[in-house]
Amino acid sequence: MPNATFFLISLVKCGVVLFVLLTLVAYIQLAERKIVGRMQSRVGPTRVGPFGLLQPAADAIKFILKEDITPDSAHKFLYLLSPALSATLSMLAITVIPIGGGTVRLFGQNTPMQITDINVGLLFILGVTSLGVYGIVLAGWSSNSKYSLLGSLRGASQMVSYELALGLALIGPIILAGSLSLRHIVEAQQHYWFIVPQFLAFLIYLTAAFAETNRIPFDLPEAEGELGAGYHTEYSAMKFALFFLAEYINMITVSCVATLVFLGGWHGPVFGPALLRAILPLVWFVLKVCFFLFLYIWVRGTLPRFRYDQLMAFGWKVLVPLALGNILVTSLIVGLLA
Amino acid sequence: MQVALFFIFATLAVAGAVNLLVQRAPINAALSLVAVMGALAVLYLLLGAEFIAFVQILVYAGAIMVLFVFVIMLLNAQPDEASHRSRVARIIGVPALVALLVEFAGFLATQFSDSPVRMGEYISSTEDLGMALFHQYLLPFEVTSVLFLVGLIGAVLLAARREDPPAAMPTAVSSSSAKTTPAELVIR
Amino acid sequence: MSEFFGPNEWFVSRPLAELGIFALGILLLDYWFRRWRPGLTPLLALLGIGFAAIPTRQIQLAVRQAPLQAFDGALRVDNFAVYFWFLFLAAAGVAVLTSYRFLEIEEEPQGEYYALLLFSVIGMFVLAAADELIVAFLGLEVMSLALYVLVGYLRRDRRSNEAALKYLLLGAFSSAILAYGMSLLYGLSGSTRFEEVAAALARQSTAQPLVFLGVAALTVGLLFKLAAAPFHQWAPDAYQGAPTALVGFMSVGVKAAAFALLLRLFQTALPAQRPGWAPMLAGVALATMTLGNFGALLQNNTKRLLAYSSIAHAGYMLLGFVAGNQTGRYGVLVYLLVYTFMELGAFTVLVSLRRRGIVGDRVDDLNGLMHKAPGSAIMMLLFLLSLAGVPPLAGFYGKYFIFLALIQTQHFALAVAAVLYVALSLYYYVRLVAAMFTGTATESAPLSYSAGLRLALGALVALTVLVGVFPEPMLRMAHNALIGW
Repeated sequence: MPNATFFLISLVKCGVVLFVLLTLVAYIQLAERKIVGRMQSRVGPTRVGPFGLLQPAADAIKFILKEDITPDSAHKFLYLLSPALSATLSMLAITVIPIGGGTVRLFGQNTPMQITDINVGLLFILGVTSLGVYGIVLAGWSSNSKYSLLGSLRGASQMVSYELALGLALIGPIILAGSLSLRHIVEAQQHYWFIVPQFLAFLIYLTAAFAETNRIPFDLPEAEGELGAGYHTEYSAMKFALFFLAEYINMITVSCVATLVFLGGWHGPVFGPALLRAILPLVWFVLKVCFFLFLYIWVRGTLPRFRYDQLMAFGWKVLVPLALGNILVTSLIVGLLA
Repeated sequence: MQVALFFIFATLAVAGAVNLLVQRAPINAALSLVAVMGALAVLYLLLGAEFIAFVQILVYAGAIMVLFVFVIMLLNAQPDEASHRSRVARIIGVPALVALLVEFAGFLATQFSDSPVRMGEYISSTEDLGMALFHQYLLPFEVTSVLFLVGLIGAVLLAARREDPPAAMPTAVSSSSAKTTPAELVIR
Repeated sequence: MSEFFGPNEWFVSRPLAELGIFALGILLLDYWFRRWRPGLTPLLALLGIGFAAIPTRQIQLAVRQAPLQAFDGALRVDNFAVYFWFLFLAAAGVAVLTSYRFLEIEEEPQGEYYALLLFSVIGMFVLAAADELIVAFLGLEVMSLALYVLVGYLRRDRRSNEAALKYLLLGAFSSAILAYGMSLLYGLSGSTRFEEVAAALARQSTAQPLVFLGVAALTVGLLFKLAAAPFHQWAPDAYQGAPTALVGFMSVGVKAAAFALLLRLFQTALPAQRPGWAPMLAGVALATMTLGNFGALLQNNTKRLLAYSSIAHAGYMLLGFVAGNQTGRYGVLVYLLVYTFMELGAFTVLVSLRRRGIVGDRVDDLNGLMHKAPGSAIMMLLFLLSLAGVPPLAGFYGKYFIFLALIQTQHFALAVAAVLYVALSLYYYVRLVAAMFTGTATESAPLSYSAGLRLALGALVALTVLVGVFPEPMLRMAHNALIGW
């Protein structure tokens, strides 16, 4: 099966996803600044282009033109590796996300609407995001700076702790769907979304996802009030941009997973003419993902930061036991009904 | 293509393992172990064991090795000093290792020449794995869970700080200042 | 009930489940009630052991005729396994009885201690009944891991920390070797079941170096657990540093469990390789007796001395194994049983010497015990003489059957050496006796006797004497254990 067409198709799909992703990241960032601005009675960026729409381009140019600093005492190889690792791993996770139920015709072959369809897609995402910790850990360590190190220590323990709650929360829906394939999980939600029977798991997932992506209220690793900028204090220019990119792509990934696992993915009312029928599932999917992204920004504009010991205690003593209890109850009910 | 991938990642795994042994700096050694884990995961994939492959990454590379790296960073572990290389190891160990490898190769070549592993032709379903684990291997599974529980209790017990006077020690885990995080990580 | 968890599985896993439930219950109740009921946990532990003994007895009655296979052949519960199960329960019971006061004096928490003790008994249970490599390995690990922690339980005592570290490192090392041997055997045979391994290996030539390597690695791993020479170095340090109340259990339980696996493994999985391993084990047994006995001569610490003597005992037991006939196996079983009473007894007396402010583990601490506590001194005398193998005490029968087996199988040189070492061992046992009866006491603090310790000591001394005088019931038990072999 792996032939020239297969590679070509994959290449095209990768290109499309990459383009969409980068554009999306740029404009989420703009949207964030605008929305948070409104919440704080400001207007946000307005100067570059109409309504500030060209602001992302200006930012990109700034990143490219800035001086790229490598501290003298840094571990050169790891200092270079960690931003690359962060960005690569975050993009890798996107490859298994399906954005629609049907197939697309490319170069005379039907191909699913995702870069690759594997049987254990959800596990793949968990595995790849769990590797993302290395980017943070190595960045902090290789910078050879106290703020960076503290930030990365916080980041590592936070991510490892919340990863557990995140993974355990996903097990409930997996039991209901009976599959680890994202496509099957969405198909299992044809009649009702898993957010209904798994509301607790949804809340746990959402909370843990905030911590996994180091966003407020769990942004301890880069708490600017105490740590400068946390693990990326010493980074500048494009290396910093890569961390930035990784954080936003991770946000998109967890939003996509939340949509697929809890909100029924591309399911939604489908009506109208053939073209509309084809496009509507995609629209539903994008709308749901955007809802989660908005939630992220909304929370950022609303909640204060947790204290570190509260964060750890909350993860281990509240989220993990709740998630375990959820698994127990879910599997009992599924087992009794079967 | 699968054979090519096998050789690439097998070489990577072996090279990573050798690098792990020869590296002096702990952080480099730990990172080579991560590379070994990753390469092994790809080898599992080639054998059709998707679940094992990603669990390998999730658990070993993503959790256990992170803690290793974490501890190395926390202790700021310096490169090891060279120990006295044992002469016995060089005179007896190296030839014995070579002899052992030759013996392995000979055995594998004669015993399994007719039944090569089917690479890439077969994908085990996660369901089959679950069935085997909870039916045929139920007892090992349960005993393993007892094993982990014992390890967990032991780690908490030995790592928990105790207050003086010792009689007042309400619980091992519940003290929740920021300093307990290493202990809490050990729980994992 | 599915075919995978049928009545057999249910029946066989009950003692394991009882122990597990009580261990978890101890942890929970200890967490809730530690403040106002500190004595609750040892009672619960005793209760758990009692509750585990009931299904064990039922299983014993059920397997009298035919062994039970459970968990797809992973466990084989027969007379042999049940014999060991009772032995573990008895040893654990004594350990619980003697520990409460000891831990109180050491000011260490009670709860986790008993939970870990019960968990290690679970590991021993699994180990003694394992009929498959994976399960055997897991049982061994559960037992060992719990004991590593227990050895280091006295966290403010540097020697305890040192002992735990040494025990952990060497134990992990030996487990790795054991796992390596197991993986070789699995690779050579394609199965982890003992019988299938035996069948597959019978088709290979014995001279096949990989077979030899696998068997050797497996043996070395188990010899580590037995503290047999040249893998005995951890034992004196670990015994010295570990809580005294635990050492007896550790010495008895681990040895019995390792011997159970060794006997079963070599009997069912590796009989065809006997020409390969018998001479190796003979050498190991001889070296173990030599190092154990000579090591014991030089010690001034009672716990270290008894540790070396226990190494020597492992050497005698290995001899029964080298003989390899039915009498030899019988001798090992008898030896393990009597060793349980007398070793636990001797350590229990040592436990009573530990008082607030007095460690009590030097030989000098025994000085003048006869004047201070004549009862203790006489009991210690009985235990020590029994350990030396003086008739008519229980210890005599263990050695008797081992030597009988050696003579039956024409291992005259080994028999002579063993007898000579028994004579040598009298020297260091008598040294302890001399200290008790002739020395003058350095302190006059009364011994710490709790009710549990009295009970345990009474039972142990009664058994040591009674079994010596009326060996018949005990010998019948050991005999029954071998039915079906």
